[in-house]
Amino acid sequence: MTGAREEILTRLRTALGREDGTTTRTGVVPSTGKPVDIDAEVPRAYLREGSLARPAVIEQLVDRLVDYKAWVTQVPAADVPRVVAQRLEQADSVVIPPGLEADVVSQLPEPVRITVDAAEAQDGAVAKAEVESEAADRFASAAHRIHTIDELDATSAVITASRVSVAQTGTIMLDGDTDCGRRMITLVPDHHVCLVPESTVVEIVPEAVARIDLTRPVTMISGPSATSDIELQRVEGVHGPRQLDVIIITDR
Amino acid sequence: MTTFLGMPSVLRADGAEVADGLPGAQGNVFEREPFPQYASRELEDEQLRRNLGHATKTIREKRLGAVAELPDWEDLRDSGAAIKQRVMAELPDLLEQFADAFEARGGHVHWARDAEEANSIVRDLIEENAPILGNGRREVVKVKSMATQEIGLNEYLEPHGIDAFETDLAELIVQLGDDLPSHILVPAIHKNRSEIRDIFLEGIPGVDPGLTDEPAKLAEAARQHLRHKFLTTKVAVSGANFGIASTGTLGVVESEGNGRMCLTLPETLITVMGVEKLLPQPEDLEVFLQLLPRSSTAERMNPYTSFWTGATAGDGPQNVHVVLMDNGRSRALADEWGRSALNCIRCSACMNVCPVYERTGGHAYGSTYPGPIGAILSPLMTGVQAEENNSLPYASSLCGACFDACPVKIDIPSILVHLRGEDVSTTQEGESATERVRDATSSSGQLSAGLAAASWAMADGRRIALAERALPIAAALTRLTGGISRLPGVVGKWTSSRDIPALPDQSFRNWWRKTRGTDADAIAAQQEAGAGAGAGAGAGAGAGAGAGDDHGSQNEGDAR
Repeated sequence: MTGAREEILTRLRTALGREDGTTTRTGVVPSTGKPVDIDAEVPRAYLREGSLARPAVIEQLVDRLVDYKAWVTQVPAADVPRVVAQRLEQADSVVIPPGLEADVVSQLPEPVRITVDAAEAQDGAVAKAEVESEAADRFASAAHRIHTIDELDATSAVITASRVSVAQTGTIMLDGDTDCGRRMITLVPDHHVCLVPESTVVEIVPEAVARIDLTRPVTMISGPSATSDIELQRVEGVHGPRQLDVIIITDR
Repeated sequence: MTTFLGMPSVLRADGAEVADGLPGAQGNVFEREPFPQYASRELEDEQLRRNLGHATKTIREKRLGAVAELPDWEDLRDSGAAIKQRVMAELPDLLEQFADAFEARGGHVHWARDAEEANSIVRDLIEENAPILGNGRREVVKVKSMATQEIGLNEYLEPHGIDAFETDLAELIVQLGDDLPSHILVPAIHKNRSEIRDIFLEGIPGVDPGLTDEPAKLAEAARQHLRHKFLTTKVAVSGANFGIASTGTLGVVESEGNGRMCLTLPETLITVMGVEKLLPQPEDLEVFLQLLPRSSTAERMNPYTSFWTGATAGDGPQNVHVVLMDNGRSRALADEWGRSALNCIRCSACMNVCPVYERTGGHAYGSTYPGPIGAILSPLMTGVQAEENNSLPYASSLCGACFDACPVKIDIPSILVHLRGEDVSTTQEGESATERVRDATSSSGQLSAGLAAASWAMADGRRIALAERALPIAAALTRLTGGISRLPGVVGKWTSSRDIPALPDQSFRNWWRKTRGTDADAIAAQQEAGAGAGAGAGAGAGAGAGAGDDHGSQNEGDAR
C-alpha cells in the first residue's frame, strides 16, 4: 500500500509544482488569470459569537426544535423526573447511559423496565443513587448490561443528557461521554428523550464547535429523522428515532 | 495489488495521458454520449421537466431564505473559499497528517490511485469481514456517497458476489428502479410519488400490495425494508463530507438516520473519500457546518451529522477503514485555472440555479457529477481531451448564477471558458491539415471559427459597433418571416430546438446611446448592477449577461 501512498503524494506534489518543497504552481484566479496568493491569511470575518440575550437564545432554540417537529418543554431541574415519567408513560422499556443523573428516572412508573447500558454499575452513578433514597430504588435496581442491537431494537425509549446545543440551528450535540451514551443507544430505540441544561445552549454554530471535542464520537441532532426525497415533501421519521423529546432544564 | 478479475465496469479514457503525465480519472465521470444529444432527448420527457422544474424552483427559493437569515453569509463564503484554497495548496502535507492521526486512533488507511484500485481495496475488505450468507453472497449496507458512485462500486461488487444495498431513500428508489441518480442531493427527483410506489411494489419483497403513494407511507415502507439489514449487516461502506487533517476525524452529513445506522451498527466500516475532502482543523467546521446545509437542502441544519475518529473502544465499528482516493484529482489540481473546482463540497446549489440543468436534468451530463460543477469537474478529472467529456464545457449559457450560489465561490463560468479554450486548442493541435479543411464545413470547425470571430469582435467596442450596423438589415429580413426558425451551420444546433424572435431595429447599445446618453461608465455600471441583483436567483445575472443582446429578455425561459 506504501506504493500507492507515495505515488499519490508525488502526483499531488507534481501538480503543485513543489518537488523542492515550495509550491511553484499556486493556481490562478480564473476570472483574471492572476496568480493566487497562497500565503494569504484565511479571513475569518464571520460571526463567532452570538448577540442575543439569554432568554431570546432559549426561545430561539425552542422555536427551531418545534419547527423540526420535536416535542419541547422547559422545566426547572426538580421537575425533570416528573416530565420524563409523563413522556414515557406508555413505554415498556427504557435504556439509559451509565452517567445519567440518577433522579431522572426516579418517577418512571413501575412497569417501565429500566436498563443501564454499561457492563457493570459505575462507581459514581451508584454512589449517587445510594444517597438519594427515592432514586436509589429505580436506578440501583436497574439491570446493567452492554445492549446488543436486538435488545435495543426491543427497547421503547432512551433517555440521555447532551453536551452542547445551538439555538440558531436547533442542533443538539452528543459526544458519547457516559451521560450521552454509546451512539447506538440513541439511534435504535424509536423514542429519544434528551435533556438540555440551559447553560449548555449557545446561539450560533461557531460557539458550539469551540465547545465540542471532535475526536469523541460526536452526533449532531436537529430534530427527528426526516427525508424530503419524495417530491421534496418533508416526512419525519425514516430510520432514526421518530420521536424526539427535548427537555430544556432552566437555570431558575 | 490483487488482480482485477471483474467485468470492466470502470470506463477509461483511451490515451488520456495528460498534463504532467498525471493520469485522468476512471469510472462514472464521463459523458455517456455528447451532452447536446442526450439533452435534446431528455427535453422531450415532459414528466422529467415538470418534476425537475418544480424541484429546482422549490429548493432555489428555500435556499435564498436560508441564506438571507445569516447576516455574515458572504463572510462565511469568503472563509470557505480561502480554507479550501489553502487545503489544495497544502494537500500532500494535510493528507499525511490526516492519515497519521487516523491510524494513531486505531483506524486503517488505504490509498487508491484510481477507481480500479479503490474498488479492489473495498472488495478485499468486504471479503475479509462480511460473512457469506445463505444465498451464497455477501452483503454490505451503504450510505449515499458520491465517491463510490464515481468509481462504480456497486456494479463492480455485484459480479464478485457482493450485494451493496443503498440505504438513502432516494438512492434506494434509484437502485430498485435500476435507474441512475439525476441530482446529487435528491437523486430520485425525476420520479414522482406514483412512480415511486410502482417501483416499491415491484422491487421490495413482501411489501404491502395496498401501499399508497402518500410520501409518509412510502418512507415507512423503506424503513421496514431496510431495518433488518441495518440491524444485521456486518460491513458498511460510506463516503465522507469532511476529513479533518489535524485530528484524523471523518464526518457525514445526512437526514434520514440511514447514515447513523451504517456508521454505528456494523462491525466494519469502510469509508471512501476523495483526497480533496480535507479541512485543516476542527475550527473550520464553524464555516462548513453553516455553508453546507443551507446551500444544499436549504435547511438551517440537516437532521443528523456524525463524526468519528478512527475507532472508539466500545462505541461503534471497531474495524474502521478509510480509502484515500486520487482518481483524477491530482490531474484537476494540476490545472491552475481549474484547480478551485476541487473546492466543491457537493451541495448542489449550482444545479438548482442553473437554467440548463433545470431543463435537461442530471442524466444528460453522464458523469456522477452533473450540473455546472460537473461540467467543469468531470473534464478536469479526466482531461478535456478525453473524447467523452469534451462537450461538457459547452453545457452552459455562462449566466453566472452558479458562481453566485456557490458556497465556496468556485468561479464556474470562468473555468468553463478556460476549458472551452483548452478544448478548442487541443482539437486544433491534434488535427492534420486535411482534417482541418474537412472540419471547416462541420459544425465544430464553424464553432471554432465563430468563437475566433466573436473574440476578435468583442475585444474592442468599436468592432462591436461596426458589427451592429448590420442589424437593421437583418431585422428587416426577419420581419418578413416573423422570426427565425431555422439557421444553417453551427447555429442550426441552437435553432433545431428553439425559434429566435424577429430581430429588433436597433441594438441595445444604439438604443442606450439615444435614450440614456453615451457615457460608457454608465453602461458598465448598469451591467454590473444587473449581475449583482442576480445573486442566487440568477434573473439579474441573466439580464446582465444579456445586456449586449436585445433578445435576452424576450426569451423569458432562458433569461432566468
